[in-house]
This record gives sequence, structure tokens and C-alpha cells, in this order.
Amino acid sequence: MKAIKFLLVGIFFGIVLVKSEAVSWYRIYEMFRFQSFHMYGIIGTAIASGILFLQISKKSHLKSVKGVDIFVPKKENGLIRYIVGGIIFGLGWALIGACPGPMYILLGTGVWSMVIIIAAAILGTFIYGLLKNKLPH
Amino acid sequence: MDYILNPWPWYVSGPLITFVMALLLYFGKTFGMSSNLRTMCTIAGAGKFSDFFKFNWKDQIWNLIVVLGAIIGGFIAVHFLSNNNATDLNPTTIKELQNMGFLNPGATLVPNEIFSLNVLSSPKALIILIVGGLLVGFGTRYAGGCTSGHAIAGLSSLQKPSLIAVIGFFVGGLVMANFILPLIF
Repeated sequence: MKAIKFLLVGIFFGIVLVKSEAVSWYRIYEMFRFQSFHMYGIIGTAIASGILFLQISKKSHLKSVKGVDIFVPKKENGLIRYIVGGIIFGLGWALIGACPGPMYILLGTGVWSMVIIIAAAILGTFIYGLLKNKLPH
Repeated sequence: MDYILNPWPWYVSGPLITFVMALLLYFGKTFGMSSNLRTMCTIAGAGKFSDFFKFNWKDQIWNLIVVLGAIIGGFIAVHFLSNNNATDLNPTTIKELQNMGFLNPGATLVPNEIFSLNVLSSPKALIILIVGGLLVGFGTRYAGGCTSGHAIAGLSSLQKPSLIAVIGFFVGGLVMANFILPLIF
């Protein structure tokens, strides 16, 4: 039964990203061409409400179902990995208009070529795993 | 009913995405979609090649279930919750894309010129799909997260690494959309 709640969260997530058009290749293109406020509005209000939620839960010691205070895991320190990795990700994001969530959601909407993208993304992650110790972080 | 069937405005959508993050945090998990790519590598046996993939993937099953749900959610949204309206793009964007050879900008979620199965016979579209996937898969793990993990969860929790990563996302995206895509199309 534990699995059901994650399935429902995923279904809700998929619906929201389709209805918000955040999975649209065109919306991503438009965002990076500064021709629409739509995506900035989505990301901006998501971050603003996220900050609000996390500040309130911190002050009121809101607990998760596990009984500990709600928290977002700390990212490791680093600089190069975030700049270079971020740029590489951004190049891909604007090319295919999909990041790792929308890839799956678009598959659900019936864009079958997403299978190729997902396979390539898994391969890309695998290549990172092979090179990890040789890359600057 | 029109409120549901029409595209949802950004000021509704953004907080709803945060609601997804809040639910996952409440369940004692976190919001990060790209981790699933690593999990799938591990399940496929990538641990034989790199220690990076040696972890107990069963701890990540919940996230794979979120992915399964996301696929179902995508199906439900287009089949039951949409009126198939075209995406209300900026007319400048539409004209620009038409000049680049895209026939019906906004009519579908993704352009047929790149994503239709018919174009798989065209090496160009296939290369775009593969290269795009590789860049996203490699970049997201190198940067330690994607739009959900860095841009939403990371920035909401005011983490500097996420800010640097998101700036990186935008630099890469701006270069692709403004300089490289016009060369490809």
C-alpha cells in the first residue's frame, strides 16, 4: 500500500506538467528566447512557494511521516561540476525540450520517440559514472 | 470544467509543482527525477563497471514508482483532461519557428519534425534525440540534479550549489536555443 501514495504523487505530477505546458518543447524554446513569461512564471512561483513552505515547516518543526523535521538534502560543495554539468544539461534541455521528469510524462502522452531519449539519457548517466573519478568536481 | 480542460495558468501550475515536492518531503523522500536514471543503470548491472552505481537500488523503488505515475499522469492529462487547444505561443515564436521549417508550432506538445516516429528514418532527427538524451543524462548527474532537484528543491531550500547549477542550465539553454538550434534548422 506504501507504493500507492508514490504512484498518486507521480500521476498528479504528470498531470500538472502537461496541463501547465511545461512539457512542451515549444514552451522551453520560447523561454530560452525570452519570448514568453509563462515558464518563468511557473518556475518562479514554484520556487517562491517552495521557499515559503520550507521556511514555515522549519519554524513550526513540521515532521515527515518518519517523525523527523522536513528537510531537503544538502548538495555537496563544488563549483566546476555545477557550472560545467549545468551547462551540458542546459544544452540538452533546450535541444530536446525535456528534462528528466517530462521525458517520462511525454512518453505517457504518446510521444514514443521519448524511448530513444530516455535510453540515451540512461547511457549519458552511465558514461558519467565511468568518468566520474577523472572529472573535476 | 473549462478550468480543468484549458491549459493551467503559470500561477496555478508553479505552486502545484511545489505541492508535489512538499508531499515527497512529507513522505520522508525528496524531489529529484534524474536520480532514476542512475537507479536504472544500477538495475541494468552498471555496478560492474563503476562504484558510482553500487548502491542498494531497492531504496529507490519509491522514485521509480513516481516515474511510473508520471507516465500514467501524462496519459490521463492528454486523454481525459485536455481540449486539445494549441499552445498559446508568442506570435513571434511561431513565425520564427515556421521560418526554421517547423510546420505547426504549438499544435502538439513536441514538434513532429524532431519527435514523430516517421522522422526516425531521418538521421538528423535521430541524432538530435540521441545527443539531447546523452547531454541531459550526463549533465544532470555531473551537476548532481535536474530541474526538480536543483531549480525547485535546491533553490527553495536556498542552496548555493543549486543556484550555480541553475545558472549553468540557463547558460546552456540560451546557447542552444539562440545559437545552435538556428544552425541545425
